[in-house]
Amino acid sequence: MIRLENVCKTFTTKDAVVTAADHINLSIEKGEIFGIIGFSGAGKSTLVRCMNLLEVPDEGAVYFDGHDLMKATTKELRAYRKKIGMIFQQFNLLEQRTVIDNVCYPLELEGLSKKEAREKAKEFLEIVDLSEKEKSYPSQLSGGQKQRVAIARALATNPEVLLCDEATSALDPITTNGVLELLKKINEEYGVTIIVITHEMKVVERICDRVAIMNQGVVEEVGDVKEIFLNPKSETSKRLVLSSDHKSELTTNKKCIRIVFDGISSYEPVLADLVLETQVRLNIMGANTEDIGGSAYGQMLIERPDEKSVEIIKNHLNKKGVRFEEFELKEEKEEA
Amino acid sequence: MNSQIWAQIGVGILETFYMVILSTLFAYLLGIPIGIILNITDVNGIKPNRIVNLVVGFITNVLRSVPFLILLVAILPFTRFVVGTTIGSNATIVPLVVAAAPFVARMVESSLKEVDNGVIEAAKAMGSSTWQIITKVLLAEARPSLLVGGVIAFVTILGYSAMAGFVGGGGLGAIAINYGYYRYKTGVMMVTVAILVIIVQVFQEVGIHLVNKSDRRIHS
Repeated sequence: MIRLENVCKTFTTKDAVVTAADHINLSIEKGEIFGIIGFSGAGKSTLVRCMNLLEVPDEGAVYFDGHDLMKATTKELRAYRKKIGMIFQQFNLLEQRTVIDNVCYPLELEGLSKKEAREKAKEFLEIVDLSEKEKSYPSQLSGGQKQRVAIARALATNPEVLLCDEATSALDPITTNGVLELLKKINEEYGVTIIVITHEMKVVERICDRVAIMNQGVVEEVGDVKEIFLNPKSETSKRLVLSSDHKSELTTNKKCIRIVFDGISSYEPVLADLVLETQVRLNIMGANTEDIGGSAYGQMLIERPDEKSVEIIKNHLNKKGVRFEEFELKEEKEEA
Repeated sequence: MNSQIWAQIGVGILETFYMVILSTLFAYLLGIPIGIILNITDVNGIKPNRIVNLVVGFITNVLRSVPFLILLVAILPFTRFVVGTTIGSNATIVPLVVAAAPFVARMVESSLKEVDNGVIEAAKAMGSSTWQIITKVLLAEARPSLLVGGVIAFVTILGYSAMAGFVGGGGLGAIAINYGYYRYKTGVMMVTVAILVIIVQVFQEVGIHLVNKSDRRIHS
């Protein structure tokens, strides 16, 4: 669907040359939800902007449906952009237009009459469940509602791909879940390929099929979300799978066992069983788990006890079929 | 003050409105395209072009540096060429437009600059052409700010128009100068100034009120 070949992009600022994309190769398949995750400054926003040429790469090629976008004429590029929807962290709605007229905007570009555009726009507002707000102005909406309008607007041209640049980063957790559900629905019901840029592992876990881990302009790891969550290889992915709240001094430079809950039953008392049956005294360093439809997702960090106990724990977990790994988070290096 | 003078003042008010409204209109006819060019050819604009930006910016600055009274005299031949005379209301409109257009252009440029870059980026991502971005995004989103500029331009041009009285232009300014200044009729001068003050107040207040009402960002 979208393929990046050797994409490079550098920015020259007053005091330094910043490499935002360093020979990046990525291939996003039709119909999947693909995540690009990294800490701020990793180059993810630049990368997603290269996909619709809002940023023109210095080197390399960008293919959309097999067409080389960098070789397209201005007119062709505009036509391709209509097939690549985009939503943003700051929503970027037209403040002087009503909700429905915002959705009409891309339809007007197509040359539809006001009446036709309005009728079509109504359908899209229905999809995002905002029909009753059609006459409101963006300043009267909450963040989540604004993002829904932005999604409706992006869908109005029937795009094949939807690029989401930190689309939930300005939203609270509950609203975030609502928007993610909506994206998932759009992916499933309308077959739109979705590319999600985020710095939150939660977002990736929730909706993405595959994920690319980015750090300082380089893609460090690409793979199935489950695989990477269970077995993160690069330092960046290890840091990302631990949500920010337990990235404390407590967990750095310490050997841990990381127990992963990847959908086992929420009703199973995994930890209680572990303690009772192995009689090992456990020290929990941090945990975040979530119940999604009766299944537990998340992880728990346990301080690594002595060798003998570790063996006992490993045996027990293996017997129960609980995923885990030995885990060590190195001290964060000063970023350049 | 006899009825003849009051009649003159009445004519003066009409002439002033005639000059100021037409001048503002023409100044915007020139100023909007120039302002758009200045905005979009800027380094951070949607069609960056250093050379065009420098040249247009330079001409704009030069015209804005010349004091209005000097400009008024300096372009007399041009005025004669355009309207066939150098006295009266029509002759005043020409220098008013020449003086106000660059000022309007800079105000338009700065209004357009206020439009959020993210919104422009979103418009680009939706496949908008440059022209569509100018008309449907830049001008439309900057509307409240452009209207504020319009009120400021109107009041400024009103002030300039009074100066034109010195060189034989028409309107209230001419009456204030001819009766109040040259013939020492302080009363006439006071009345005309008072009328100018009222016009400015009314336009400023009503204008800004309408702008705020039309802005979709604040009210709920």
